[in-house]
Amino acid sequence: MNKIFEVPLYRYERSADQDASVPVRHPVVVIGAGPIGLAAAIDLAQSDIPVVILDDNDKVSFGSRAICFAKRPLEILDRLGCGHEMVEKGVEWDVGKVFFDDREVYRFDLLPEDGHEFPAFINLQQYYFEEYLVNRVRELQGQGAPIEIRGKNRVEAIGSHDDHVRLEIETPEGPYTMEADWLIACDGAGSPTRRMLGLDFVGRVFEDNFLIADVIMEANFPSERWFWFDPPFNKGQSALLHKQPDDVWRIDFQLGWDIDKDEELKPENIDRRLKAMLGEDVQYELEWSSIYTFQCRRMEKFRHGRVLFAGDAAHQVSPFGARGANSGLQDTDNLIWKLKLVMEGKAPEALLETYDSERIHGADENILNSTRSTDFITPKSEMSRILRDAVLDLSEHYDFARPLVNSGRLSVPCTYDGSPLNSADALEGGPSRTRPGSPCPDVPLGDDYLLPQLANRFTLLTIDADAPDEFEEDGIKVERLALSVTDDKTLALKQRYLGTADSAVYLIRPDQHVAARRDIWNETLFRAALRRATAKE
Amino acid sequence: MSELNLTPNIDGADDFYAELLAAHEPLSKEDSDALNARLILVLANHIGDRGVLSAAIEAAKPKA
Ligand SMILES: Cc1cc2nc3c(=O)[nH]c(=O)nc-3n(C[C@H](O)[C@H](O)[C@H](O)COP(=O)(O)OP(=O)(O)OC[C@H]3O[C@@H](n4cnc5c(N)ncnc54)[C@H](O)[C@@H]3O)c2cc1C
Repeated sequence: MNKIFEVPLYRYERSADQDASVPVRHPVVVIGAGPIGLAAAIDLAQSDIPVVILDDNDKVSFGSRAICFAKRPLEILDRLGCGHEMVEKGVEWDVGKVFFDDREVYRFDLLPEDGHEFPAFINLQQYYFEEYLVNRVRELQGQGAPIEIRGKNRVEAIGSHDDHVRLEIETPEGPYTMEADWLIACDGAGSPTRRMLGLDFVGRVFEDNFLIADVIMEANFPSERWFWFDPPFNKGQSALLHKQPDDVWRIDFQLGWDIDKDEELKPENIDRRLKAMLGEDVQYELEWSSIYTFQCRRMEKFRHGRVLFAGDAAHQVSPFGARGANSGLQDTDNLIWKLKLVMEGKAPEALLETYDSERIHGADENILNSTRSTDFITPKSEMSRILRDAVLDLSEHYDFARPLVNSGRLSVPCTYDGSPLNSADALEGGPSRTRPGSPCPDVPLGDDYLLPQLANRFTLLTIDADAPDEFEEDGIKVERLALSVTDDKTLALKQRYLGTADSAVYLIRPDQHVAARRDIWNETLFRAALRRATAKE
Repeated sequence: MSELNLTPNIDGADDFYAELLAAHEPLSKEDSDALNARLILVLANHIGDRGVLSAAIEAAKPKA
């Protein structure tokens, strides 16, 4: 068997830095070649900012881990040049079924809204996800972009200074030192960077264990998310079945707290569970299994001077709701354009403080949602179980109870309400979903889509409104994208961006979030909005 | 938003109370607890108004 997660993808190679007499200084170093570190580095390299990724390993994530990726991260990946590969390989789904005891209590359809380039969700093994990101790194390297991955480079010590960071790195050929103007720590939930800098990571630990088995089998189950509360084959606990590409199925059994992990992981015991769930004659091959416990916690601040934390290193959530990797990608989406402007001297460091405030807002939302899901799935008291079971019983017979069933509130992007970068909403009748702070929803534009046209720079989106084709404020250029509802056959543009207004002008950030909007162009006000969106006022 | 009504509001209060007891009468403690839980959820949904629901939770809390 030669699984992708068993093959080295970025082998150790000696770097000239290891032979330098004086430590070499790099503009940006990223620690961790997980999904988040790779995304951060690709984003930087696409902007021609030289970046080095260090990872203590040389392979993609072992086993599958994350499987469920949401629309917003796919849109971000598209901006990074590898969204379509993920969708082509991934399994799309939008139906879920909920079972309670021995019966199906209801099914839901996510009813994804039309007129988006990317689906609501895909399932894809994390190793493919990382492999495609590594492929994208290789492609950028082929085009001469300044990006490098150093496998088997383990960061052992970090010295944090006012204007740089010093790293002690261990390799198969011994240690070396290097420096970075900026360090992005994407070194996972156990973040050694956090530990080395003596930073806290507080939150709630859930006293429960889950067994994950990814099995390869030819089964006729549809590509739906099936969730069981208290099923006969796992009494008093929960279970999940979800399809991944290549006939791989994710099966997740809640085990409870007092268990013998080694015993549970024995193939014969996994086999017993699988047969109880899927029938005695099930044929399968076990691809990967593990037992995990989980936490919901975050760092108090994601920025510590020249060190910026992102992904699981900064915050950790329970897997219910698929908010881990999905939210980590939103971290770097938020961070990289800000860092770039600061590095180019076009924005003050205060802009990086808003990485902190905006993404902490996002992390808190994710932690709140996944904590609530966890409390529903694994009730912690007798009364919480009684109420939970009452909801499930009622949901079989009455619609009203179904919104209360919580088997994971799946990842949706965060709106940065109240961010200091937003200007007050000045579009009367404008839809709430595109108020300042919101991630822009996609819209079909003939054969194309809106989002790819909003990427990587500030954009002035005008809908049936006049404005200059471009303007510059204090070194930052804004280009106009002029649209009209007369070309809007599906009415999606009107519904998502105009509401009852006749015209609109939007200032959109490089991460495709709305910074400001009003009905008509006003030079003074939009210049002020741009200054505000870059932390200059 | 309406306010939580804490004045007498049920016509035939004795009948209602007897009906509630009768519903529990044949049930085990466990089934009775489940019935109460379902009943709370049905009533809460009927009320719907989040402000009223919060006021009701507050009103029902044990008094010091
Ligand atoms: C069972 C399970 C199911 C999940 N399902 C989902 C899901 O469906 N959807 C979702 O969005 N998320 C899901 N997640 C969460 C997701 O896997 C994580 O959020 C994601 O992997 C975080 O990525 P990361 O890049 O921040 O960290 P990691 O993937 O943990 O990567 C950290 C990297 O840092 C490297 N590193 C660590 N220390 C050092 C060092 N000292 N020097 C150099 N390198 C170092 C490591 O080798 C590693 O490559 C799931 C997680 C689990 C466990």
